[in-house]
Amino acid sequence: MTFKFFPHTNEEEFSMLDKVGAKYREDLFADIPESIKFKNDYDLPWSMSEIEIRQFFDKLGKKNKQLKVFAGAGVYDHYTPAIIPSLIERSEFLTSYTPYQAEISQGTLHYIFEYQSMMAELTDMDVSNASIYDGTTATAEAVLMAVAAGKRCNKVLVSSTIDPKILKVVNTYAHFHGVNIEMIDAKDGVTDKEDLKNKISTGSVAGVVIQQPNYYGIVEDYSGYADTCHENKALLIMNSVAADLAVLKSPGQWGADIAVGDCQSLGIPMNFGGPYAGYMCCTEKLTRKMPGRIVGMTKDNRGQRAFVLTLQAREQHIRRQKATSNICSNESLMTLSATIYMSLLGKIGLYEAAELSYGGAHYLYEGLLRTGHFTKIFDAPFFNEFCVKYDGDVDELQQMFIKNGIMGGFKIDETTLMFAVTEKRTKDEIDMLINLVKEGVR
Amino acid sequence: MAKVIEGLYYSESHEFVRVEGNCCYIGITDYAQNALGNVVYVDLPDEDEEITAGEEFGAVESVKAASDLNSPISGTVIEVNNALENNPELINKDAFENWIIKVEMSDKSELENLMDAKTYEEFCIK
Repeated sequence: MTFKFFPHTNEEEFSMLDKVGAKYREDLFADIPESIKFKNDYDLPWSMSEIEIRQFFDKLGKKNKQLKVFAGAGVYDHYTPAIIPSLIERSEFLTSYTPYQAEISQGTLHYIFEYQSMMAELTDMDVSNASIYDGTTATAEAVLMAVAAGKRCNKVLVSSTIDPKILKVVNTYAHFHGVNIEMIDAKDGVTDKEDLKNKISTGSVAGVVIQQPNYYGIVEDYSGYADTCHENKALLIMNSVAADLAVLKSPGQWGADIAVGDCQSLGIPMNFGGPYAGYMCCTEKLTRKMPGRIVGMTKDNRGQRAFVLTLQAREQHIRRQKATSNICSNESLMTLSATIYMSLLGKIGLYEAAELSYGGAHYLYEGLLRTGHFTKIFDAPFFNEFCVKYDGDVDELQQMFIKNGIMGGFKIDETTLMFAVTEKRTKDEIDMLINLVKEGVR
Repeated sequence: MAKVIEGLYYSESHEFVRVEGNCCYIGITDYAQNALGNVVYVDLPDEDEEITAGEEFGAVESVKAASDLNSPISGTVIEVNNALENNPELINKDAFENWIIKVEMSDKSELENLMDAKTYEEFCIK
C-alpha cells in the first residue's frame, strides 16, 4: 500500500532494493525465522475521518474520572504552575534536536546547565548529569556505575525497603550485566544495619542501594551507612524523590557517592505513568563513570560565556565496548519542566510545598487513627506518605473512595494501605476522606 | 620524529618499561602521546592491584581519542603517579619522565617478550 505522504515511489523502492541485491521488500527480513513471522491480516478497524476520530476519543475521554489523589508509591500529585506547559510547548523546546551543535543550541544547553546546578545543590553532590530516562533506570545505572568503579567487585546490596518497581528494573539491568544483587533484610519497615554489616563484610561488594524516604514512606536513619560502605570500598547509592530533598537531609549530607531518583515530583504531571525524568548526581571522583551527558560552561573564541556538551566521549564515540552504559542522551523536555518548576518556586517555595505535604500527611494520619478503623504499623518518622492497617476490606474501602471522587491510598497488601498527601490536598479534602472512613463502607 | 630512549623496554601497544631492580615504571611512549594529542584524563589503577601482562590496567583519554593501557608485564602496582590525576597534560610534556604506575614484577622473564629501543623505533616507522 502506498500513501501520498510516504515519500518513496514504488519505482524508487525497487531501485533501492536492486542496489542492495534484494528483489522484494520481504527479502530484507529474510533473517527472521518463518515460524515467528506474522502472516495474517492485521485485525485493525476501518479508517476513520478526522471528525469521527475526534468523536471517538471524546467519548473515550469522558470515561476518565478526575479523582482527588491520596496515593503515591513513587509518583505524586504535585501542582504544575500554568507557565510550565506554556513554556515547554514552545516549538524551540518541544521540537528541538539534541544539542550536539553548540553554536545553534545555546538555549537548550543553558537550561540543562541550570538544571544540573540546581540538582547538584538539591542533592548536595558535586556533579549532576543532564538527566536520564527516569528514577528507576537512574538507580539501575548507578548500580552499573558502582560495579564499574569497583573494578573486580560485582556484588551490589539492595535494601529490602526499596520500591519493588525500582528493584525490578535494577534486577533486569543486573541480570544482563552479570551483576549479583543481594537483598539487605528489613526490620520494622527499616533497613537492618546489622545485616548490611554482615553482608558487606563478605567482600566483593561494589555498592549499596538505599531509598530515602523508603518505599513505605519512612524516613530512615542512615547514620554510619556511608562509613560502613567506604570502609569496605563500596559506594553508597541513595534513591530519593527529588522534591522531598527540599526538607530532608540530602544524599550528600548522608555521605552518598551517587544520588538518584525521579524528578516527577518537581511539578511534572503524573501523565499516566510518564514521561518523567530521572536525576543522577555523584561525587567529582566518579564524574567520568557517570552515564549520559553533562553540559559544561566555557568561553567561546570571542571570550563569551558558552555552554557545551562535555565528558560524554566514552559512551558514544570511542571505546564503546568499555562503556559502563549505553545511555548517551537525556530526558530533556521533562528536565526543562523540572528546571522551570525549581526556578519558579525557588528554595523557599520548594520548602513550603514540602512543608504543606508533610503537614497534610500528618493531619490525615492522625485523623485516620482517630476513626478507630486504622491502626499504625510502623513507629517511625515519615514525610508525606505512610502505611496504616485497615480493619475491614481494603478493596471495598478503595471502591467507596472512588465513588466519592477520591483515589484513596495505594494497596500494599490485603490489610495495608499507603496514603500520600501533597500540597494540592486541602484540609476540606482530607476531612472528607476521614469522614468517609468514619461513615464506613455502605 | 618521536623520541625513543635506550635501555627501556617497549610494547607493541606503545607502553614503555623502565626497570629498577625487581620493580619497574610503566608509562606510554613519546610516540603514543604524540599520536593521542592533548591528554585530558588518565584512568589510574589502585595501589596493590594485581596486573597481568597483556591485560588492561587503565586508560588514557585525549581530546581526540581514548586508549586502553595494556600492561607489558605482570605484577603488583606499588605506586601510582597521582600527579596525573590533576595534571594529565604532564604526559604530553614528557611521556618518559611522567610514568603512570610503578610495579613490582612477578616474572622478570616477561621482559624478554618486549622490544628494545632500536626494534621499537623500527616498529613505529612501520
